[in-house]
Amino acid sequence: MTAGPVPGAAPPLLRVSGVRKAFGDHVVLDGLSLDVHAHRVVVLIGASGSGKSTLLRCVNLLEEVDDGTIEVEGRDVTDPRVDADRVRARIGMVFQSYNLFPHLRVLDNVALAPRLVHGASRAEARDRALAMLERVGLAGKARAFPDELSGGQQQRVAIARALVGRPALMLLDEVTSALDPELVGEVLELLADLKEDGVTMVVATHEMGFARHVADEVCFLHAGRVHERGTPEQVLGDPQEPRTQEFLRRFTAR
Amino acid sequence: MTSTHGWVPSALQQERLAYRRARGRRSTLVALASTVAVAAVAVLGLVASPGWPRVRSSFLDPEVARAALPVVLEGLWLNVRVMAVCAVLIVVVALALALMRTARGPALFPLRALATGYVDVFRGLPLLLVLLLVGFGLPGLRLQGVPTSAVLLGGLALVLTYSAYVAEVFRAGIESVHPSQVAAARSLGLTHGQALRHVVLPQAWRRVVPPLLNDLVALSKDSGLISILGAVDAVRAAQIETARYANFTPYVVAGVLFVLLTIPLTRVTDVLARRSGWLGSQSGLAGGGALR
Repeated sequence: MTAGPVPGAAPPLLRVSGVRKAFGDHVVLDGLSLDVHAHRVVVLIGASGSGKSTLLRCVNLLEEVDDGTIEVEGRDVTDPRVDADRVRARIGMVFQSYNLFPHLRVLDNVALAPRLVHGASRAEARDRALAMLERVGLAGKARAFPDELSGGQQQRVAIARALVGRPALMLLDEVTSALDPELVGEVLELLADLKEDGVTMVVATHEMGFARHVADEVCFLHAGRVHERGTPEQVLGDPQEPRTQEFLRRFTAR
Repeated sequence: MTSTHGWVPSALQQERLAYRRARGRRSTLVALASTVAVAAVAVLGLVASPGWPRVRSSFLDPEVARAALPVVLEGLWLNVRVMAVCAVLIVVVALALALMRTARGPALFPLRALATGYVDVFRGLPLLLVLLLVGFGLPGLRLQGVPTSAVLLGGLALVLTYSAYVAEVFRAGIESVHPSQVAAARSLGLTHGQALRHVVLPQAWRRVVPPLLNDLVALSKDSGLISILGAVDAVRAAQIETARYANFTPYVVAGVLFVLLTIPLTRVTDVLARRSGWLGSQSGLAGGGALR
């Protein structure tokens, strides 16, 4: 695997260009640009508040950008005339706090979108949900309610729920930050498996081990921009920018 | 998990258990003694008051109670029917109002304003006034098709007033569902309406059932107010019987019947509120069985 855009290859699956997003006076994204090609795993690192989550939420149109464009599969999704629900159906998102639907069983959590968004029949949605639960190793918990599962299991269900619509792109927002340390591994292993399957992922994380072993590319976010980017070896092993060096030093010193 | 088979409490634990048992017995005795004392003071105070014989014969006459009971019961049956029909209508109207108030988008502004205005007006108007205005004002218009039955008009007034209250309960329930639930639903591609229908409302519903049952208890009593329009419900029946026997006992009979009607509702509310799992993963404390 090589880092960076491949010259002369297909256009990127996701192209973020000059995106700005402020909350009141607080500018979170300040002209950020980023390309993600199909079947690649891009890991976003950076201090809390550096805009990792905001970037993911903007891509999924959960937040409206103040300026710039976001293209998904060649379409500018920040155009207000675009049907946001259609765009979101092509993008899977996993949240830090799982956000499973507590009133629905695990199976119904996963089967909801196929039935309502992708037009599957009830039986078909069930089958697809069950197959996806099988994939994340939780078919045995299909009848359980979310609060009967461990945090790691809940997050794997959330991943299955996001994957079941066969999204072109998966966005993962600090998906292990709310987990007990001994449960982090099962979620990260699942993500590594998904990479083997060729799933395109943008992952905001503080797990440097995961970044080192699974990422094709690491982006260090600072002051609302991609401050430094490259292969894990480059960014994590031999960072060029003082800010990156400082962040990594503080991070490993903990 | 280790098995508890063959486990014998240690001497320390046995001492603790003995202490707790002793404390428990003492608490029971204290509660019993204080209850008896309070009840004795209340009863003695009542019986010793100079007007007691007179009050007893005019409010607690067993003969009159027995004679009035069937008539008052028949009236209560009307209350129950009014309550049941009104409760269903109130839930439907209130849910519509709550959804109108949470509706988004400029095109829906009139709906939102209408619902807000409605709730403001009917929460502020005393129920008694609404009953009088609807009960005597509507038929006064002499419009074709307007009912003149006291039961129908009284029921309409109840629905008008209670819908405003219950709409606010629904709205609070809808707004109590965490925004991250909506974000998760929308991120899957669900539309605003689908997220509301499949994710927000089912969770809001579980949270509002206990306060709704509380409003149902209030409704069961307020259904007695339709008597001022001339409907012969339990209150009106008691009034008629009181006049017939020149004795107030039928009022007491009606009061006891209303209390008996509402107690089961209150208990259902308690049981639902305590049922674990009813609120999903937020119900950590709702079960609360292990908390002392």
